[in-house]
Amino acid sequence: MDKVIVAQNLSLGYSKDEYIIKDVNFSIDSGSFVFITGASGSGKSTLLKSLYGALKPETGSLVVAGVELKGVSKGKLNLLRKHTGIVFQDYKLIKEWTVEKNIMLPLLVGGYDKKVQQDQVEKLLSHVRLKHQALKYPKELSGGEQQRVAMARALSNNPVLILADEPTGNLDDYSSQLIWNLLEGANKDLESTVIVVTHHIPEAMRVEYKHFHIEFGKIHERI
Amino acid sequence: MNAFKNHLSLIVALLGILFSLQTFIIVERAIDAYKQNLANNYSLVVVSKKNITEKTFQEKYNLVSNVKELAPDNVIKKLNSGIDKKNIELLKLALPKFYRLQLSHYPSPNEINSLTKSLLRNKNIMKVETFAKSHDSTYKLLLLFKSVISVFAVSVGIITILLISKELKIWQFKHTERMSIMGLFGAPTWLSSAVLFRLAIVDALIASSLAFILFSYLSSSDWVVSELTNVGISIKIFETLSDFSLMLGVALLVSLLLASFIVISHKEEV
Repeated sequence: MDKVIVAQNLSLGYSKDEYIIKDVNFSIDSGSFVFITGASGSGKSTLLKSLYGALKPETGSLVVAGVELKGVSKGKLNLLRKHTGIVFQDYKLIKEWTVEKNIMLPLLVGGYDKKVQQDQVEKLLSHVRLKHQALKYPKELSGGEQQRVAMARALSNNPVLILADEPTGNLDDYSSQLIWNLLEGANKDLESTVIVVTHHIPEAMRVEYKHFHIEFGKIHERI
Repeated sequence: MNAFKNHLSLIVALLGILFSLQTFIIVERAIDAYKQNLANNYSLVVVSKKNITEKTFQEKYNLVSNVKELAPDNVIKKLNSGIDKKNIELLKLALPKFYRLQLSHYPSPNEINSLTKSLLRNKNIMKVETFAKSHDSTYKLLLLFKSVISVFAVSVGIITILLISKELKIWQFKHTERMSIMGLFGAPTWLSSAVLFRLAIVDALIASSLAFILFSYLSSSDWVVSELTNVGISIKIFETLSDFSLMLGVALLVSLLLASFIVISHKEEV
């Protein structure tokens, strides 16, 4: 099976003296569903940030979808991000844009046709049950609704890779279930590789998944 | 309402800058007109033993723009009694020639001194009257005006910098988050900053249009025109094409510089 992520002797950190992830080796198969767990401050989010190029490897190598992220150019990184859907714990929606336009963002960046953009947004709005909120602004929505918008945005351009940082951390059961369903759907139907950083793996997962655990800067696969 | 607020803050800052700039231009124009008035009314009187042509004056002395020979009739009239016509003609020939020299611009005291010296180097010129006392006091008044304008220009510069730096902070706060989020989804810099540049251009257009309307109105206002005429200054306070082009240029330059600075100083969130 193709590898979508390959890390070799990878170290990550915010300063050169202190690494949070230390000299780790791991790989993730294309089309797989992966959970990354660990205690608070263990480096889960740091690792996720490195996967979308917000944090560059200090040592070693990190290849995501064929792109070496150590010393990657802005252009190559943008290209990788165009095929990556990211869901953040704090949603990161653009405040001055409507729900509809926020979902459209990856399609705008990808230069899709207006009609395609409109159709895709309408489809996703129904998936996340927010059709009636299309023209509202993020501040007019609840936390759960905002995360559903963020989820729809991450899925809008059928990404190869979906990265989610504690996507259900602050959500009610209804919104959490909806988010898990969408992530499972993307993995099953779109064959996207899904990597979720979380404290708790939901009990009723309907897809096969791998579980990586981070402890003391090292990453271990739990079977 | 949100969009209106977004535009208003920069438009107000730009309007402030354009208003100050145009006011500065108007005052400069008024001073130039005043200087021209002074130059037109100021002249030197030169007394020469022999005839000197206007061409000679203009060739030798660059500052001289116009030469008029003064007729000695008034002086002779006073001596007229008891002198016969023949002697008066002889007297006329014996009298020195008087010339009034008009200058191309209102000169500084140094320029007058050097012109006087070079005139007196001519052996035929006996005397040069510069009316130095009245000239110097008028010139000092002009210098005072110029100093006031320089202070005004510096003040405008400081206010402009303050307005822009305040605007810069507001814009950085407003746009950095959006640019970062767009960057996370692979938007190139030109796309993530497009909104910023569009806003900058639209606001520059609105601000210069508002300034255009304001100064066009003032320019055609009877009250403003009569006030300027009352103080002896006849100037056009708003040259439609050139002044508007300058305003638009300045507004675009300021707002685009502001947008560029934000884009250059933008750092991706980690």
